[in-house]
Amino acid sequence: MSFNEIYQIAGSAMNTQSQRLNTVASNLANAEAAASSEETAYRALKPVFQTVYQQTKDGAVSANVQVAGIVQSEAPLEKRYEPDHPMADETGYVVYSNVNSVQEMADMMAATRAFETSADMIARANSMQQSLLKLGAL
Amino acid sequence: MAINLDAALGVHANTLDFRVERSRVLSGNLANAETPGYKARDLDFAQLMDRLDPAAGVTRDYQMAYRNPHQPSADGNTVELGQEQARYSQNAMDFETSLTFLNMNIQGLQKAIEGR
Repeated sequence: MSFNEIYQIAGSAMNTQSQRLNTVASNLANAEAAASSEETAYRALKPVFQTVYQQTKDGAVSANVQVAGIVQSEAPLEKRYEPDHPMADETGYVVYSNVNSVQEMADMMAATRAFETSADMIARANSMQQSLLKLGAL
Repeated sequence: MAINLDAALGVHANTLDFRVERSRVLSGNLANAETPGYKARDLDFAQLMDRLDPAAGVTRDYQMAYRNPHQPSADGNTVELGQEQARYSQNAMDFETSLTFLNMNIQGLQKAIEGR
């Protein structure tokens, strides 16, 4: 029986989804961050998911998930003409981050839903195991 | 008269094990619902029933196959979340069913032992 693996898979999924929520939080917090040059401007962080195949004791393969790395978004940065801004460069432009707030909100909802799915998965495995423990009881 | 416990419990011990294994495979699919390039997998129940010998006890000879998606996504992921969730909960329900049958078998044996 591979109840252990189910818990491990759900745990890995919850871990990756909370890391994703973490990047969403960073992105939303820095959505309006200003910078004086393109190099120092904040770029949205995106986690990259990866499957980790793990061999179980009896030779079956279970599919866990992990964050392979976090990449910075290549979307164009937003430049606004604000000569009075303290961060303005000599031409009067201020560079803002390339965070797309709407996309981040959608990402946040997707991550939350995926997290809930994993929590349901654990609850379901839990009740299966619990009824198995009562096998043979009258 | 000797009672072979494996034969007495029939296919249900094996189907119970199958349900847990399938639940592991489906939870892998759910965990990787957003992993680029992940191919959804499943275990075939019909194939298990075809080659199952109830007297042989639990055989863990399950056939794994990749799923054919209804609508493939651009990143190569073939998990369809709603369907996988439905399969996962149906599988959990089937587990409870097998468990109920197994319980009924055990109760029958118990009645026979006690001579009621």
